[in-house]
Amino acid sequence: MDILETLKGLWMESGFMGFFAAGGWKNLIMIAVALVLLYLGIKKKFEPLLLVGIAFGCLLTNLPGAGLYHMELWDEFLNEASPYYHSYGHIMQEGGLIDYLYIGVKAGLYPSLIFIGVGAMTDFGPLIANPKSFFLGAAAQFGVFFAFFGAILLGFNGNEAASIGIIGGADGPTAILTCMLLAPALLGPIAIAAYSYMALIPMIQPPIMRALTTEKERSVKMEQLREVSKTEKIVFPILVAGFVILLLPSTAPLIGCLMFGNLLRETGVTERLSDVAQNALMNIVTLFLGISVGATTVASRFLTLNTLKIVALGLLAFCFSTVGGLLVGKLMYKLSGGKINPLIGAAGVSAVPMAARVAQVEGQKANPGNFLLMHAMGPNVAGVIGSAIAAGFLIKVFGG
Amino acid sequence: MNIPDALVTAVMGWAVVFLGIALLVLLVAAAGRIMTAKRPERTLPRPETVPAAPAAPAPRKPEAPGTAGDLMLYDTPDRDAAMIMAIVADELKIPLNELRFISIREVHKK
Repeated sequence: MDILETLKGLWMESGFMGFFAAGGWKNLIMIAVALVLLYLGIKKKFEPLLLVGIAFGCLLTNLPGAGLYHMELWDEFLNEASPYYHSYGHIMQEGGLIDYLYIGVKAGLYPSLIFIGVGAMTDFGPLIANPKSFFLGAAAQFGVFFAFFGAILLGFNGNEAASIGIIGGADGPTAILTCMLLAPALLGPIAIAAYSYMALIPMIQPPIMRALTTEKERSVKMEQLREVSKTEKIVFPILVAGFVILLLPSTAPLIGCLMFGNLLRETGVTERLSDVAQNALMNIVTLFLGISVGATTVASRFLTLNTLKIVALGLLAFCFSTVGGLLVGKLMYKLSGGKINPLIGAAGVSAVPMAARVAQVEGQKANPGNFLLMHAMGPNVAGVIGSAIAAGFLIKVFGG
Repeated sequence: MNIPDALVTAVMGWAVVFLGIALLVLLVAAAGRIMTAKRPERTLPRPETVPAAPAAPAPRKPEAPGTAGDLMLYDTPDRDAAMIMAIVADELKIPLNELRFISIREVHKK
């Protein structure tokens, strides 16, 4: 046995040699990106539950030779001319571990399951008590369509622009589902942009809030919300699911699951299921979603000018969603004779409950006796429904 | 997709979101109105139906000026409750007699 030849063979087949192959330096850059994302998730606590998974997926997929995720298999899966078009069997036969997990993303399973958990964790009481706050959730979808238009101006096609625009909905699962259906090749950068900006909401929103509102407007104390009965809370998810799905059938996976989860929470007789949806299910799906989305950040696809454009457009989308919510908030302030604090409009970007907390903090800075949290939760959860409707519209228009 | 089409799609998309939400507002408000109308109102017993008071009712203690009524305490000693109320008033920079505490309950972790 030639020991030297064996050692040489081991070295030549090792992943380290991959870094010296053509384009291997790109993997090194992506590993650095993964480490930065890990730092942001662990140290800075930027949406750690998802960002840590995404970052680790990014690390694993860019280690040469690991073979956990195969972009080329998924290219064949999407290529109508390929014999393996839409063949999950081929993926199961040839794929690696993350390819199997990624099937859940491809089939739109994980975002929908996460929406069951989100529904089970959401109290729609403030929205039911003050249905007008629904309008703020709609207004804050402005950034979605602004970024969509901006993406078209920057040369993206309709499907890609729609997927980029939905970042402005500030709703991770909605962004992932829309992107998966319309422009799967952009999934990595879009998911990373969406979750990073959601974590940055306490930094992105306050300057815009202060620029667009006066001290007097920010210090408005709002009246206490009426009490919402249990029956109303039970009827709400049934009503919303029925109505929105009939209006825009393409919203069915998101709205259907969101409202199902909420019904589990409110019935009072399915506590075990509600508990599973909020905890075990949510955690397991988040785990799979994070690592498989992270794995799509293959160096050859991620390190492009388009990624930088997506990151910039995502930030614009978030900013303009906040602007849309605030402007309609100001309109409601005028129409209500100064009874509505326009800051709650900024909470219309979903990002539950971070955006509502930001409204509370800014309101309290203007007036220490101001408690806007419950009032801001109305537009905040309305934003989830609003972004699902916006996604449904874009999926309908571009997904056929 | 050309720029005019993109603009029309963007405007139409936002309009569809608003329209959908507006219809939802009407639906939710109507459902809320129907359900709150059905809810039996909690009315106080009419004076004529109130049973006669005991012969010698104990005189009520005079309430402190600005008080908002009785506070219900669950598993919370008076002394702790007083401290909690004082801290909340201090944090909010609002005089204690302008705040209304309805109940204070100790939350036991499972």
